[in-house]
Amino acid sequence: MPEIASKSALRVRDLRKTYKDVVAVDGLTLEVQAGECFGLLGPNGAGKTTTVEICEGLTPPDSGEVEVLGRRWSSDAAELRQRLGIQLQDTQLSEKLTAHETVRLFRSFFRQGAGADEVIARVQLEEKQNSRVGDLSGGQKQRLALACALVGDPDFLFLDEPTTGLDPQARRQLWDLIEEFKRSGRSILLTTHYMDEAERLCDRVAIVDHGKEIALGAPRELIASTCAEQMVEFTAGSVSHALDVPALRRIQGVREVRTENGSVLMQVSELHTAVPALLAELTRQNVPLTELRTHSATLEDVFVTLTGRHLRDE
Amino acid sequence: MSDNTISDIQAGVGEKRSPRATSFADHPLVQLTLVRFLEFVREPEALFWVFVFPILLAVGLGIAFRNRPADVLRIAAVTPELAQSLRQEKLLEVQQLDPQAAQEALRTGKVALLAVPGSSGGVEYRYDDTNPEGRAARLLADRAIQKAAGRVDPVATTDQLMRETGSRYIDFLIPGLLGMNLMGSAIWSMGFAIVDARRKKLLKRLVASPMPRPYYLLSFLLSRILLLVVEVGALVGFGALLFHVPVRGSLIDLGAVCLLSSLSFSALGLLLASRARTIEAASGLMNLVMMPMWIASGVFFSSQKFPDVMQPVIKALPLTAVIDALRANMLQGANLAQMAPQVAIIAFWLVICFALALKLFRWR
Repeated sequence: MPEIASKSALRVRDLRKTYKDVVAVDGLTLEVQAGECFGLLGPNGAGKTTTVEICEGLTPPDSGEVEVLGRRWSSDAAELRQRLGIQLQDTQLSEKLTAHETVRLFRSFFRQGAGADEVIARVQLEEKQNSRVGDLSGGQKQRLALACALVGDPDFLFLDEPTTGLDPQARRQLWDLIEEFKRSGRSILLTTHYMDEAERLCDRVAIVDHGKEIALGAPRELIASTCAEQMVEFTAGSVSHALDVPALRRIQGVREVRTENGSVLMQVSELHTAVPALLAELTRQNVPLTELRTHSATLEDVFVTLTGRHLRDE
Repeated sequence: MSDNTISDIQAGVGEKRSPRATSFADHPLVQLTLVRFLEFVREPEALFWVFVFPILLAVGLGIAFRNRPADVLRIAAVTPELAQSLRQEKLLEVQQLDPQAAQEALRTGKVALLAVPGSSGGVEYRYDDTNPEGRAARLLADRAIQKAAGRVDPVATTDQLMRETGSRYIDFLIPGLLGMNLMGSAIWSMGFAIVDARRKKLLKRLVASPMPRPYYLLSFLLSRILLLVVEVGALVGFGALLFHVPVRGSLIDLGAVCLLSSLSFSALGLLLASRARTIEAASGLMNLVMMPMWIASGVFFSSQKFPDVMQPVIKALPLTAVIDALRANMLQGANLAQMAPQVAIIAFWLVICFALALKLFRWR
């Protein structure tokens, strides 16, 4: 155990936090290895932000232990603040200041780190550095927030939903920047409710729901262990008789069948055998097909399989 | 404008990758103060309310209540003989009008008094005895008529005229406006900026960084002092140049009172902003606190006009103490020792508000 502790960048043990009558975090235990990008994946209200803010020393937990970079908030807060890069969910930076003034302000709080110009160049905001924050686009604002997190040359980066609300291009741009930081060998704790983001950026993810961890592992592993590799989704045309779902389950290679909003979702191991078998079965049941889609299973499917709900359901 | 000079200051500092930022401009307190200052000057509305509005108010009120050089009273007479007699009095401006026009002029206030021939060779004065101008015109007109008729005063009198600056309404008003401005700008700039930063979660973001927290609050006070020089200078300078409002006390004492007052009101603003999460809640609270002082503390009229039972409470209000001290300094030339009771009240509010604010303040 002490061996692992020396390598881990963040250790969270049996964390609990209750707001009035809502249990936000319910006995969460996590460990982020040094150099790892760790994702907290879960729907809104799962307790991700509360967990992150406890780790960031902004919210005191009701009980449980937090150790960041081998230090505790109770004794080493000032030192920790110097070594952490923090991006909070939906912070609005002062709109009257320019991007450069903002980064320079944050730079002045840190003992070490690159100059404001260099950090602005790193997040590709050189052309906008003299624009007021209020005139920046959503993606540019998020990159500026990232610059404020990176300006102290942190050993550990906290990113709370860094790409929520951004268009696909802006999201990819941010992902590139986060991957660049990862390559420097430092650790990241990232929360998101986008499965593609977690799959792309995270070495390991913990899926949380109602303040509890319900799955942990590398994204591919989680998908492989929880679901079959492929998903088949179809919608049947209107028929007088009900669809014979148990018959579908008996098709070779089908792991699970669920009906949802009038369409049917099947997990299958082999697409090339399952799809012809499905078509044959539907013909036998005399059910017309209006829509048929297949995709590789994602973390979303893992979440749906584990909870019966979608990540983005409120 | 200001952007250029600021970026010049910033550009002068090397952006090298040094482990320790040692430059003065890169000190967190300097950066925080600079940022506060920029945020303020980039808000045109704030500039208007802090600098232009009090001066406009002073101009408007100064014109409305200006002291006319030796008031000349307008009166009317209906016969040439009466007009002739009345014109002997230099302080009266006499018009000769026909009876109907004269009556109309009196009714509409164009003249303060109307002289008409009375029964049996006498004179009848028509005027409103509730109007001070009417009563004054009555005394002057009667003196002129009696003199013209041959009255000789038994005692010889001479007049020596004393016209002193420092006792006019504008002299009373400028220190009042200065006090009101010190209160308003301190409370508003403190309150709105902090509540806005809390609402935007900027406060939370700042405390997530290694920013020393006292620096944040200190930066407000420092930027306040910077602006204070301009603010006080504009209003006092304006009063002195345009209306010759005196500053009889020492300027250092005046500066000290303004500084202490501004700190005290800033502490009050900090207290009002210590919990509020929305601008609406904060501005309601600020108005609730400031409104009674605008009325009772003697900005526009003397606080002595309120009943005696209320005087102890009114005297304890910070704005009353500030305005009393400013008037004592500017109009009576009082020094700090003579203003000790007011200074003590202002300092008391500073300590209480600041202590409470530190206890109640929420960073998120």
